[in-house]
Amino acid sequence: MMAAAPLLEIEDLGLSYATEQGTLRAVDGVDLRLHRNEALAVLGESGCGKSSLAKTLLRTLPRNAYPPTGQLRLDGRDVLGLPEERFRREVRWVRIALVMQAAMNALNPVVRVGEQVAEPLRIHHRASRRQARQRAAEAFEEVGIPTDFLRRYPHELSGGMRQRAVLAMALVTEPDLVLLDEPTSALDVLTQASIMNVLKRIKHERGVSFVFITHDVATASELADRVALMYAGQVVEAASARAFFSEPAHPYSRLLMASVPRLYQEQPPSSIPGRPPSLLDPPAGCRFAERCPWAFERCSEPPPMIPCGERRQARCWLHHSPGGAR
Amino acid sequence: MTTPQPSASASRAARGEPVLCVEGLQTHFDLRQWGFVRVGSVRAVDGVDFTLDAGETVAVVGESGCGKSSLARTLLALHRPTDGAIRFDGTPLNGLSGSALKAYRGRVGYVQQDPYGALPPFMDIQRILAEPLIIHGVRGRAERARRIDAALEEVGLTPAADTRGKFPHQLSGGQQQRVVIARALLLRPAMIIADEPVSMLDASVRVEILELLRRVQREHHLALLYITHDLSTVRHYVDRAMVMYGGRIVEQAPVAELLARPGHPYTEALLSALGDPDADNAHRQREVPGGEPPSLIQPPSGCRFHPRCRHAMPGKCELEPPPPDFRPRPDHRIACWLHE
Amino acid sequence: MTPWLQGLARLRQYPSALAGLGIIALLVAMAVYAVTAIPYSEARELWRGGEAWQDLPTNASPVWTDRLLGGNAPRTIRVATDDVVMEQERYEGVRLQRAVLPVDFPYGGFPQEINLFVESQFDERQPFVRLTWRTPDGESIPLDARRVGESERISISQDRQLESRLGFTPQVGLFTDAEPGADDPQVRQGTYELVIEAIQFEETATLDANLVVYGQVHGLFGTDHKRRDLTVALLWGTPVALAFGLLAAVGTTLTTLIIAATGVWFGGWVDAVIQRLTEINIILPLLPILVMVGTLYSTSIWLMLGVVVVLGIFSAGIKMYRSMLLPIREAPYIEAARAYGAGNARIILRYLVPRILPVLIPTFVTLIPTYVFLEASLAVLGLGDPVLPTWGKILNDAQAQSALYHGFYYWVLAPAALLMLTGLGFAMLGFALDRIFNPRLRNV
Repeated sequence: MMAAAPLLEIEDLGLSYATEQGTLRAVDGVDLRLHRNEALAVLGESGCGKSSLAKTLLRTLPRNAYPPTGQLRLDGRDVLGLPEERFRREVRWVRIALVMQAAMNALNPVVRVGEQVAEPLRIHHRASRRQARQRAAEAFEEVGIPTDFLRRYPHELSGGMRQRAVLAMALVTEPDLVLLDEPTSALDVLTQASIMNVLKRIKHERGVSFVFITHDVATASELADRVALMYAGQVVEAASARAFFSEPAHPYSRLLMASVPRLYQEQPPSSIPGRPPSLLDPPAGCRFAERCPWAFERCSEPPPMIPCGERRQARCWLHHSPGGAR
Repeated sequence: MTTPQPSASASRAARGEPVLCVEGLQTHFDLRQWGFVRVGSVRAVDGVDFTLDAGETVAVVGESGCGKSSLARTLLALHRPTDGAIRFDGTPLNGLSGSALKAYRGRVGYVQQDPYGALPPFMDIQRILAEPLIIHGVRGRAERARRIDAALEEVGLTPAADTRGKFPHQLSGGQQQRVVIARALLLRPAMIIADEPVSMLDASVRVEILELLRRVQREHHLALLYITHDLSTVRHYVDRAMVMYGGRIVEQAPVAELLARPGHPYTEALLSALGDPDADNAHRQREVPGGEPPSLIQPPSGCRFHPRCRHAMPGKCELEPPPPDFRPRPDHRIACWLHE
Repeated sequence: MTPWLQGLARLRQYPSALAGLGIIALLVAMAVYAVTAIPYSEARELWRGGEAWQDLPTNASPVWTDRLLGGNAPRTIRVATDDVVMEQERYEGVRLQRAVLPVDFPYGGFPQEINLFVESQFDERQPFVRLTWRTPDGESIPLDARRVGESERISISQDRQLESRLGFTPQVGLFTDAEPGADDPQVRQGTYELVIEAIQFEETATLDANLVVYGQVHGLFGTDHKRRDLTVALLWGTPVALAFGLLAAVGTTLTTLIIAATGVWFGGWVDAVIQRLTEINIILPLLPILVMVGTLYSTSIWLMLGVVVVLGIFSAGIKMYRSMLLPIREAPYIEAARAYGAGNARIILRYLVPRILPVLIPTFVTLIPTYVFLEASLAVLGLGDPVLPTWGKILNDAQAQSALYHGFYYWVLAPAALLMLTGLGFAMLGFALDRIFNPRLRNV
């Protein structure tokens, strides 16, 4: 498993936006690695750059974004430099598919959902109408929608069903990687749980890899094998889910975990004082130092990602030992 | 300045009377065709009974479309109830209008879900907070400024001078929600209704806001109705929780009791669908009842949860709606035939 | 800083907006000057025409047109007996008064007209006046001799007898040394003199004479067929146009907005009535109605303004504002306002309307010239205010006098240029404001 080349490699990815107040560095030096059949949760609070990261992956950036910098390799092949037309034909929806948060916006309200689910096949696989319909029906079954819903319009579906239809649309072309951008945050608890169940099953049965963008720690734990926690445009901790949820390494990870209200814990959650820094003018040193109770002199220098365990790094000087990696 | 006034509600509370008393409340919305032909109705709130004591925080937990927001709006007199009685401080709310209605509105604070949307974007904070005072006849600029500053400082926006002149978009989500809470407190209400006050905020800010609500509720001895879809935010911040499903309250109990011994199958389902963050979550399927939330236009017969219920008893649950008063313990009420 | 001030501060980034503001400032300055220099009542009086303008030539071009063509067209020359010494000789029972009015004539063209205005005061017997014209080389040409009344105009250029004697029309013949009847008489430049000899029969009788040799050009903007200086109308047209445009734009925009907001807020039958009224009103043609009102009732500009505003209220704008306000009605802050006790009027005026005001400002600014043009169009159609001088009235007069056919292009050019300038100024400002206040157009 470890020997195989990673499916997705992100190296030193940077993304900036031109705004009226100046250049906003939304993503700053992000390194991530995703193997086949892995689910990576990109976790972070609003404005941390996780959505920009998702948009960079699928090239759905708004007009005021500068071209992203760094490396983005899919199966060892650079996709960042790929011309738009080839990217559309060879990557988008063929290799990487997207599930968005607001399912109503992702669906065309005047086209039957069955046709919309079959659409990517017609475009990318040049499937016949019949084949496409057949595959769409299979995809519907896979995500748990009765196949007679194929002929319905989006507004005739409940929120949960719509989200499942969007999921079916993402899966129908059998991509290697599915990008989930807050797929359940607009949904109710029970619907959310059942969609997470579908995702778990698909991951198990089909071996699809997921990049799961979310702000919700509990939801992240429902799917993730690995977790990358982002703060102020940077990944501050990348670790296996087991390590991250049981023993977070970065101070921000610890405080974030402590701020999650829990059902079965006597200890009340605690808040993190302060606010994230402005990405228009981020601090020179560690970006969390200002809010960090463990900050010390070294924190005025920008910390690199420091290894602190098996496939685990934290962007924190606390994990730096002068002798080298611990 | 932050000491609560001795109010009528406090004295009532001393006599053990609830601030809010809701009986058989129904709020239905007519569905009309061409604007006048009535073709049906949405039974958003369909027979709700509960009481809320002074100084008590009660959570209303439910999924979207269960009627919890309609309940909140009915209690805020934004919707007219179709049937049933609401008594606030002993006075019936039905048919209240004019100055009496305005006076009632001054005594109930409202905290909404979207803090940015809840603040008029074209007014600065000073103006936003002055509005309720002007409406309720607080005369004198100096007096209003004093109360605005006191309210801002009470919600932790200190010094008030830093916030007063700003516009909503210049504040963070957490600060905006603090302003909303300050506005709700300005008129020294007896009750606050908070409809999903933290669901649009980041995790690290949620706790702050929940703690703030809890603190002001205690300091002012307020009755607080906390409406949420997220059971996990309930545990440390409320005294009692009510679970709503299909326009009705299916279970109410002290929060620890509810989490430890859920009685209604729907509450059980909610709890099993949720979990604390844990790496093992990724490797197990959660138990989720099948089916969809009930239609409020044509609700299921009998118990509204019976089509999705694992324990449904044929010949019983689909026929008769369960009364909301099965009490396995004195302070625990369940609307489920299993507890008959 | 409020969003309003921020928006206005951003105007500096748009040169076109600054140019537009400059034009508007110029127009406002003109308007202020007009109303202070010529008070309203005086302007109305002046524009009625008549004696006030008797010293001015008819249909004279602006001076600058002559300058531009390098010509030496004659200006108007006025000489009064008050300016010279009046000699007096006494005889038995009569007095002989004698005045020489010098006319310095250095121009390359002939005057348009020559009039002598005589005023005299007497009890019973009218004075007798004899006029003699003296050319620069001393030749004397007898003109008229007659009794004059209290106030009289002696039209020397209309004197048929004189014309036949000179072989030219008097205004030519008196200023040339060409042979009578020559094809192309040339001007003899130099100082001419009009000698006025009056015989007074009463001791206290007086005589004042005022010679006007009318030029071919006048002032900055020329004159019209009634000798009126167009400057007055062009100047006074500015405050009228700005006031009409501004009042109509404010009146329609604000009332429309408030009515739309009322409909949106109350919904139900209130909204339905407003919508149906709007739909009916949209198909009513504004111009024919204005023509009807103007023809059958009155063409007062203020009445027209009222009709424009009333018909403008239930305009298509209501539909637009409604679609903008409908989502705002559902905004949480409105619900919050209801929850803390805000009444309907307060919600409409303080919570709904201000929300879309910024988006409306550009529309409002670009609407102003539309109404200025409407007023001008009405005036051109002959429905202008009968007493007020406006740009449209100038155009109307020009059209009625076939100004362009006669080559009086300045008569059309000046008001048209001012109208276009107004449109340009407000449009440039409005488009810039649109970019600032309309988030969809803002380029990041």
